[in-house]
Amino acid sequence: MSTTSEPTTQHPEIDPLTPVLSADWGEKRSWTRAVYETGGGYDALRRGLREMTPEQVLTEVKESGLRGRGGAGFPTGMKWGFIPQENPNPKYLVVNADESEPGTCKDTPLMMASPHLLVEGVILASYAINAHHAFIYVRGEILHVVRRLQQAVAEAYEAGYLGRDILGTGYDLEVVVHAGAGAYICGEETALLDSLEGRRGQPRLRPPFPAVAGLYASPTVINNVESIASVPGIVRHGAEWFASMGTEKSKGYVLYSLSGHVREPGQFEAPLGITLRELIDMAGGIREGHELKFWTPGGSSTPILTAEHLDVPLDYEAVGAAGSMLGTRALQVFDETTSVVRAVLRWTEFYKHESCGKCTPCREGTWWLVQTLKRLEAGQGEEGDIEKLVDLCDNILGRSFCALGDGATSPITSAIEHFRGEFEAGMHTPAWELFPYRASSVFAPEVTPA
Amino acid sequence: MTQQQSRQVQTPPISEDVRAELVEIGTRYPQARSGLLPMLHLVQSVQGRVTAEGIEACAEVLGLSTAEVSGVATFYTMYKRRPVGDYHVGVCTNTLCAVMGGDEIFERLKDHLDVGNDETTEPVDGLKDITLEHVECNAACDYAPVVMVNWEFMDHQTPESAVQLVDDLRQGNEVRSTRGPRICTFRQAERVLAGFPDGLADEGPSAGIASLNGLQLAQLNGWGPPPGRVGTDADRAQAVADQDRAAAQATAEDGQEGAAATQASPAGTKHDDAPGTGDEAQ
Repeated sequence: MSTTSEPTTQHPEIDPLTPVLSADWGEKRSWTRAVYETGGGYDALRRGLREMTPEQVLTEVKESGLRGRGGAGFPTGMKWGFIPQENPNPKYLVVNADESEPGTCKDTPLMMASPHLLVEGVILASYAINAHHAFIYVRGEILHVVRRLQQAVAEAYEAGYLGRDILGTGYDLEVVVHAGAGAYICGEETALLDSLEGRRGQPRLRPPFPAVAGLYASPTVINNVESIASVPGIVRHGAEWFASMGTEKSKGYVLYSLSGHVREPGQFEAPLGITLRELIDMAGGIREGHELKFWTPGGSSTPILTAEHLDVPLDYEAVGAAGSMLGTRALQVFDETTSVVRAVLRWTEFYKHESCGKCTPCREGTWWLVQTLKRLEAGQGEEGDIEKLVDLCDNILGRSFCALGDGATSPITSAIEHFRGEFEAGMHTPAWELFPYRASSVFAPEVTPA
Repeated sequence: MTQQQSRQVQTPPISEDVRAELVEIGTRYPQARSGLLPMLHLVQSVQGRVTAEGIEACAEVLGLSTAEVSGVATFYTMYKRRPVGDYHVGVCTNTLCAVMGGDEIFERLKDHLDVGNDETTEPVDGLKDITLEHVECNAACDYAPVVMVNWEFMDHQTPESAVQLVDDLRQGNEVRSTRGPRICTFRQAERVLAGFPDGLADEGPSAGIASLNGLQLAQLNGWGPPPGRVGTDADRAQAVADQDRAAAQATAEDGQEGAAATQASPAGTKHDDAPGTGDEAQ
């Protein structure tokens, strides 16, 4: 695929890629405090704690337009502002580092290469909401990231950036690195809180929202890793600088993660609003001799899109208008060798496995979805199976405590919308005959269309 | 050593020392029960799985019923009821990795090791045990297909490389993660997850090649964010002063406690960069 197009950001003078979060990743020993500080690391902490009040830090983040990078896109400063400061209970900051949405792979390299960026953000965010205890809830299945975080926190204590009387300002903060134990649902913020309290990770009914009754029933802010890691840049360079990147309502820089059938998958940090066409170009194009078939804009819970959406600006508004969600910018790219039915079945099996079992529509519904999709993959679909899938999705969507069930329906309904013919073919022909699976793999022999 | 004996050796009791560590984990948190997940990781680091004895110990430390602790332990997939081998090998078969070849890798390993999903190789004298499992998306999609060994990344696998990997593991050869350190045993890994650092944080590269693709393209083209505030000489002077101050404070407080201490790496555990790990950042 050979493409060219103008950047679609609101600010044409801004470069197509803007590494800030990823700026240090190429440095040797980038995970150490010494290297981090060489590049100006912890300057924002000094500015924030010495020259600004907590309210001023909060205002700066509000004015920057930073929105949550964990998928939902809620304005971060506003979330902080919901903390009732008059509430006598302690305030808590919890970082959601339980990265596990299929396709999402941005927080993991960030924490591995630049754990101090997260730690600095944690201190500034905690200061802004008057928290004296913060937790980094990191998924347990990324062991080396856990090590790097533990060490960064220890180094920050040694440097006097954590603990009592930070930088002589009188501000105290304790940070705990907490490893999870393998449960996708704990990426959902209220399930994460239950898990952090030592319970089964099951979502809570809201209201009350965590800002009012979160961890230990106390006011709690839960933010994604990338959101918190964006804070030092905002405090150091100012809200205006941050907001000069991105689009009108989607400000700043984000990590776009390209995976799948592109020549050079990887992380691309760009202002919000870049298009998939531009990103695929940067990733060297779709693999040789193939073409784009479908893709997810923000993980498997966001409805799939196709080649007709290549020029949609990847910001919160435009992707929403295209019928999907920006999510975590987990751009999983699949070429024409890929069976949509196979892909969707596998995602559905994931949701069935990860459903926490609390709500019946999700627990039972995902089971039924898998049964039906398995028939279709095997070419043994029955008359009415497609309608059954749509009907099941209709009965799951919006009927559970959290968004896991909703997410489970996204790939199915969107795939039926865009590729109904493949589901119909599942009434008589196995998916692996229509799309021999080996042809999709990276170790398939070089395929040139016969 | 007979197989029976080898199994016995693999389940040492929850000693008084371990109990003390369980208690210590609880003290990291405003409420001790928050430590239950790390506590269960600690149990696995000692016994290779979550045993009835481990559940009782956690329940005792936290003043909970064993049913309450069991309820938690059974919810999370990283906690195992059956003994895990020396190495846990997880093949990602979520959609992206499956399509890119993960399914084929998993099939090949099942065949090669003669085990099914979530099963452990038969004990053989002189060989390490491997537990094979297919795992969900492990946040490394840009390195697909991915295999995890004791939750360390083994990127860009093929059926052949995966077979070589498990053969090396079984024979006790040193294996390095493509983006991490020398692979330790499952139990050692679990101890880190319980919050007891092993001093290996400094091994491995800053980032793998895929993580750097965007950054390198930006550097090649001279792209970056608009200029921001630049750190001044005063900032640098302040940073130096802060470091002196922290050092003085550390000396003054030397020997004192601190919740922080449980999180700190042991002093003097610096390691050189892992040489020649392939994907090393340049």
